[in-house]
Amino acid sequence: MSAVHDLAIIGAGPAGMAAAVMAAELRLSTVVLDEQPEPGGQIYRGIERLAATRSRHLELLGPDYALGLELTRAFRASSIEYLSGTQVWQVEPAGRIFYRRNDVAGILQAKKILIAPGAMERPMPVPGWTLPGVLTCGAGQTVLKANGLAPKGRFVLAGCGPLLLLLAAQLTRCGIKPTAILQTTFNRWAAAPHLLGFLGAPAYLIKGLGLLRELKAASIPIHNVSRFAIKGDTQARAVEFVCNGAARTIEVDTVFLHQGVVPNSNLAWSLNLDHRWDDVQRCYHPKLDAWGRASNAAVLVAGDAGGIVGAKGAEFMGLIAAAAAAVDLGKVGAEQAEDRTRDAKTALNKQRAARPFLDHLYRPEQRWIAPPEPDTIVCRCEEVRAGEIRRLVTEQNCPGPNQLKSFVRCGMGPCQGRLCGLTAVEMIAESRGVPVSEVGYYRIRPPIKPVTIGDLATLDVPERNDAVHM
Amino acid sequence: MADFDAIVIGGGLVGTAVAYGIARLGRRPVLLDEGDIAHRASRGNFGLVWVQSKGIGVPEYQRWTRQSSDTWADFSKELLEETGIGTGHERPGGVTICLSEEELDKRRRLMEQLHIEAGETNFDYEILRHAELKKMLPAIGPDVVGASYTRYDGHANPLFTMRALHAALLKHGGTYVPNARVESIQAAPNHFVINAGGQSFAAPRLVLGAGLGNKALGEMVGLDVPVRPVRGQIIVTERLQPVLPIPTLMMRQTVEGTIMIGESREESGFDDTTSPEVIHTLAQRAVKSFPFLKNVRIVRTWGALRVMAPDGLPIYEQSSEFPGAFVCTCHSGVTLAASHARYYAQYVMDGALPAELARFSTKRFDVRAAA
Amino acid sequence: MFALLPDNPFERITVHVDGNTVGVPPGFTAAAAMLLHGASSTRTTPVTGEPRAPYCMMGVCFECLMQIDGEPNQQGCLVTVVEGMRIERQLGKCKVDE
Repeated sequence: MSAVHDLAIIGAGPAGMAAAVMAAELRLSTVVLDEQPEPGGQIYRGIERLAATRSRHLELLGPDYALGLELTRAFRASSIEYLSGTQVWQVEPAGRIFYRRNDVAGILQAKKILIAPGAMERPMPVPGWTLPGVLTCGAGQTVLKANGLAPKGRFVLAGCGPLLLLLAAQLTRCGIKPTAILQTTFNRWAAAPHLLGFLGAPAYLIKGLGLLRELKAASIPIHNVSRFAIKGDTQARAVEFVCNGAARTIEVDTVFLHQGVVPNSNLAWSLNLDHRWDDVQRCYHPKLDAWGRASNAAVLVAGDAGGIVGAKGAEFMGLIAAAAAAVDLGKVGAEQAEDRTRDAKTALNKQRAARPFLDHLYRPEQRWIAPPEPDTIVCRCEEVRAGEIRRLVTEQNCPGPNQLKSFVRCGMGPCQGRLCGLTAVEMIAESRGVPVSEVGYYRIRPPIKPVTIGDLATLDVPERNDAVHM
Repeated sequence: MADFDAIVIGGGLVGTAVAYGIARLGRRPVLLDEGDIAHRASRGNFGLVWVQSKGIGVPEYQRWTRQSSDTWADFSKELLEETGIGTGHERPGGVTICLSEEELDKRRRLMEQLHIEAGETNFDYEILRHAELKKMLPAIGPDVVGASYTRYDGHANPLFTMRALHAALLKHGGTYVPNARVESIQAAPNHFVINAGGQSFAAPRLVLGAGLGNKALGEMVGLDVPVRPVRGQIIVTERLQPVLPIPTLMMRQTVEGTIMIGESREESGFDDTTSPEVIHTLAQRAVKSFPFLKNVRIVRTWGALRVMAPDGLPIYEQSSEFPGAFVCTCHSGVTLAASHARYYAQYVMDGALPAELARFSTKRFDVRAAA
Repeated sequence: MFALLPDNPFERITVHVDGNTVGVPPGFTAAAAMLLHGASSTRTTPVTGEPRAPYCMMGVCFECLMQIDGEPNQQGCLVTVVEGMRIERQLGKCKVDE
């Protein structure tokens, strides 16, 4: 094992990159580990390559995406160690980090760990969501950004949230027009009381209205739907929905689903960080102080992983958390850290004040969270269906997600509960008639990313033959 | 207050098996369980129904284990018929793989001792050299020197077994109450009132099947249950096509296709996390035994706390201060599940433990008796 | 299912998708190559044999498990293509070489 780093940052999205830049300025020896081949995270995915080889596409994707270039340039210019293509599979609370890079397992040690694994799309368990030809809007955007790929044939976008509209607009600009947008959630009345905060960050409103105008100009229908199912045998062939009380069917080749984003939380759970349930965002957040310090003294969290704040908010959180790490390590005084983060904190608060409007506007209703149809798959990996989960809770008194996991393998497959965890806890809470916070979450254990037995067998740690004998 | 024929504390494999056994007799048990997160040895179980290596120097334990293992197929069949849930039980025999001549020698001596101590029960075993073992387990690597084999060994899916026991308990009219951590016990001979999870339960019989919780619960009813946690760590892989036809002490392929690798033994207090050092050592041994595992990916690792008595044996006792209160605890909840359901439940309702279980009495922990 | 937008640069890397030799732009992942050139379903599940295909493209859903250069159960969306890579569908539980 090499020298001990002051700070290890996991994730090179906006939060991780901004944190790295700040940490370098504050002279922390810093290492950044990230899964992707290039910095940017999901939001600025593939931005360096795109700017270098497909600059016309950069315009089509819009100015928000182009903002990422500035940050990646600053990140590349900062004096930190950057390990791309690196999957972190275990982090010990004491600061030992286990990773896999170029098919080789490695270990490094850091005094402070800043986790910035970003967000993932909230699971959207609807009938047929496991069929080939059904992808998330995030996936659609990823292949558009990183690969210049767009769907062929007829397609719809279904669900709710800014990303749904953004992807529709981006594809339309590329000349690829969606057949329809099927909006499952649009709570204007619940959102209305939060309008004032939203107007504090006017860019959101301007962008949102702009997208709607763009889609309208392109004559793309937006239907508000109360039922939605994807039909097909070996792949998606059609979507069925109810709009204004009338049942309709549209034939499709591809479906993009989205109903907001939630923290990508397995790393935080695997560290046993304290979490709290956010009933508006309908997900767990790690408990953090104003600087991003988590319940474990060595760990900080920044960006969407700490609660959804968006790309700009993530950047501010990263910068603030890096300053906190520097204070805790005695590299800067508390006052100096205050000075250096004052603007970021003000800007972050504005971003945060804008969230409740969006969170309420697109807060999915129960039927999109806890599928009412018994045959809908909840756990994609182990093919556990909604009816089975309800039956276990109501008939066998299953108290929580860990018992559920034990009994029917829900959450036990390769994705380690990422795609079913929130659905499972919401369904258990619903069936038990208790708040989700009382139900808890899966106990997440390392490795949180795939490693082979060979990786572990060749790991550079002492043997414990005393504990392993015949 | 709710009245029952028996209160069983602990919703793991031990407690549920006993509760199911009581319900199966036509009596009405209530099973009190903690919440979703507890020190649940049953969820971290390896899933062997194992005979070889159990009860060296203690023939009573060897016989008790063997009896359960002999009962398992029928027990599993009954659960399937009653609940439709398969336990995945198989009894293809099992091996303990040795990676050196020294290990194999040691193994041979242990097996011979078991054979001698078995007396009229009979205990057949074979010591297999590499070439013979390879016929049974073609995937072994060149570092494998040999193995011990008995036909009594097998395995089951511990989680499906748990689920089947729960379902069977309910089917026979038993009651399961989760989120019911015991707050107090009012004990009198053959009369127990328990407050748990804001409710009261009364019954003439009480069974402590709460694993590590039995230590504190035992004190409340005059039973000395000196159990401590011993951590085991386990690795589980992605699903593979069948490659290990028989289980080994450290590795077995489940009916779903995953391969489980375990199990370690450490004193770690109540820390049930995993440690890379132990996982590394397990993985090393696994790859030496079966080189194909090198490229196989891990889905999960976990640690779980075994419920261990100072001498490693089960503890079966009725309180002399409060007759009607029994303790049932062991670190082989899967292997012994059949006996706990079929026999121990009966003994509890009969109100007396038989002489063959005397060796597992708490009297063995009595300092004066040992001196 | 997917097609390249116009204005993609001309440079191509040669890979083999389910035995067909095809070209993809540099920086593609194996899963993206499948979306462009592969069958609609890229695996069948080891549980019931249902057909599945890439879903999240960011490494969280594990739906794009595929065989890459003979190695099964690889997350196709996290593997960048290199010249000559063999990318194949995966059917059910993977088989191991003993």
